[in-house]
Amino acid sequence: MSQFMLNLIVVGASFALYVGIAIWARAGNTSDYYAASRGVHPIVNGAATAADWMSAASFISMAGLIAFVGYGNSTFLMGWTGGYVLLALLLAPYLRKFGRFTVPEFIGDRFYSNTARIVAVICLLVISITYVIGQMTGAGVAFSRFLEVDNTTGLLIASTVVFIYSVLGGMKGITYTQLAQYCVLITAYTIPAVFISLQLTNNPVPALGLFSTHAESGLPLLAKLDQVLMELGFQDYTGSHGSTMNMFLFTLSLMIGTAGLPHVIIRFFTVPKVSDARKSAGWALVFIALLYLTAPAVGSMARLNIISTIFPSGTAEQPIAYDERPDWMTNWEQTGLLAFEDKNNDGLIQYYNDRSEDFAPIAEARGWEGNEMVTFNRDILVLANPEIAQLPPWVLALIAAGGLAAALSTAAGLLLAISSAISHDLLKSVFMPKISDRQELMYARISMAFAIALATYLGLNPPGFAAQVVALAFGLAAATLFPALMMGIFSKSMNMQGAVAGMLAGLIATLLYIFTYLGWFFIPETNMLPNTAEHWLAGISPLSFGSVGAVINFVVAFAVMKMTQAPPTEIQELVESIRVPRGATGAIDH
Amino acid sequence: MENDQTTAYWAANIRIILICLSIWALVSFGFAIWLRPLLAALPITIGGTDLGFWFAQQGSILSFIGLIFYYTWYMNRLDRRFGVDEE
Repeated sequence: MSQFMLNLIVVGASFALYVGIAIWARAGNTSDYYAASRGVHPIVNGAATAADWMSAASFISMAGLIAFVGYGNSTFLMGWTGGYVLLALLLAPYLRKFGRFTVPEFIGDRFYSNTARIVAVICLLVISITYVIGQMTGAGVAFSRFLEVDNTTGLLIASTVVFIYSVLGGMKGITYTQLAQYCVLITAYTIPAVFISLQLTNNPVPALGLFSTHAESGLPLLAKLDQVLMELGFQDYTGSHGSTMNMFLFTLSLMIGTAGLPHVIIRFFTVPKVSDARKSAGWALVFIALLYLTAPAVGSMARLNIISTIFPSGTAEQPIAYDERPDWMTNWEQTGLLAFEDKNNDGLIQYYNDRSEDFAPIAEARGWEGNEMVTFNRDILVLANPEIAQLPPWVLALIAAGGLAAALSTAAGLLLAISSAISHDLLKSVFMPKISDRQELMYARISMAFAIALATYLGLNPPGFAAQVVALAFGLAAATLFPALMMGIFSKSMNMQGAVAGMLAGLIATLLYIFTYLGWFFIPETNMLPNTAEHWLAGISPLSFGSVGAVINFVVAFAVMKMTQAPPTEIQELVESIRVPRGATGAIDH
Repeated sequence: MENDQTTAYWAANIRIILICLSIWALVSFGFAIWLRPLLAALPITIGGTDLGFWFAQQGSILSFIGLIFYYTWYMNRLDRRFGVDEE
């Protein structure tokens, strides 16, 4: 059976499973649709949150993202996990106690104002729509790579599958498909990782293998990796390079941003109790860590393995000849993710860092005229692993299903956040307060269909800024929603004026800072200052600005609060009540 | 629940949140970033590299998991002691 047929069967079977779950978990009312009737077990919700959170980029690109930079990109590992501590300690239990369906609903009710509600909806839409574009393009790319269809067809298939289970099942359908998707993606990620770890270190646990001995050389694996990288003119894996200040601010922005992402927060509305919301955040992080602890191991081992393949007798000796390269390289050359160019016409593959000035004389002495592995896409480190480790073809098929599971689960969570903000916060709370539960459910489904259509359109015609949007989403979540939610819980005296002014200040400051360096609305050439360290304000990169935006939000909110009227007594009582777990209810019927 | 009881419960919660967040910041921003050179001076190596690197790629994540479960356990006990747990 060909690899293509096998991919088709495995991916087809996983899709049939998702659709089957959706039919089983049909939503009958708005409580089902928005919050899965608050009947989700905390461990199940933890797994669903992990799938909701880990996107196609986490699955396919993160290992490479870390392996090609090393220590400096540990920011992603810490930033994308540390946010769950903030969620568990500062937000999730209280928002669960409040017992409603959406993030803007909390902000609107707590700050007794439809203005606050609408500002929160705007922030949510900007954050979630920018985020979903990346997921849709990711799903399209994953499809075209694994199933040999073009991007457009791939995207349309992905939209159709998401449409079926999210319109039918809402949060209930999404929760149980996310559980299944988590199982598919973690199995697919772990199997090749275990084999490569066994091969290099004799240790079956990749995370332990990363810190153990390289079987072939007897050196610690990381010392061996640093050594071969530096022998080829690359920067070492474990060393500190770059600004400590930016590393700190970027990590902090990712953490606060993670805690402020609406599609993650709403997952904690689905558990039965307040104490479950705390516990569930812990489980979510356990399930996320299974992948995040494996990713740096996979990335660094795969990179070391590829270098050893090219330099079989060590980096000081000659590399292999192009004609003798392994089959997996030939296979991935066809996808364009890997490309070679014999610059010095010696028939051998010289892979080194030709941008290193220190290494240039060594390269020249060896007769090397430039790096000959001209394309080395970082995704290779995950995608080609099954072949590098000579695993059977069904493992590659599983990787295909895993990559798609990661893209679909995140897209579905985002689409629910978008559609519930429209049907629940805009239609039910502001424009059509008189509609019945049945009518609202219908509007929720229409909003979902609309959100999918919009996301599909944007996925097919991605705005030029697709690469920057994820940074924007995190920056804005950190600067707008997180501070508003936190002040709503931890400050009894925070009032409507303060919260609205804070959110607007955070939103505007962050957008202005990002647009100044990356161009107005990311249109190239419209940036007012070049995006380089010497032009950044106090050396702060636009990607790290979210935490500064959050500080601006807090400061403005408290300043405005001092000058305006205190919130009404019943609001202060509401804050008192969300601070204690007792009395948490199931879903509230509106 | 009496008013001073509510205040005491909330004060105890804030206290444990601050303790947990100090550890959260120490393992990530501290050990993994700002204090890495200090840790590297210690005669401890892990897998051929310094402790700060381990915290950046694994130690901080494991600490985060520990912190959330500890906070959950602590709060469940606190909720019961103040009689504000869920029936």
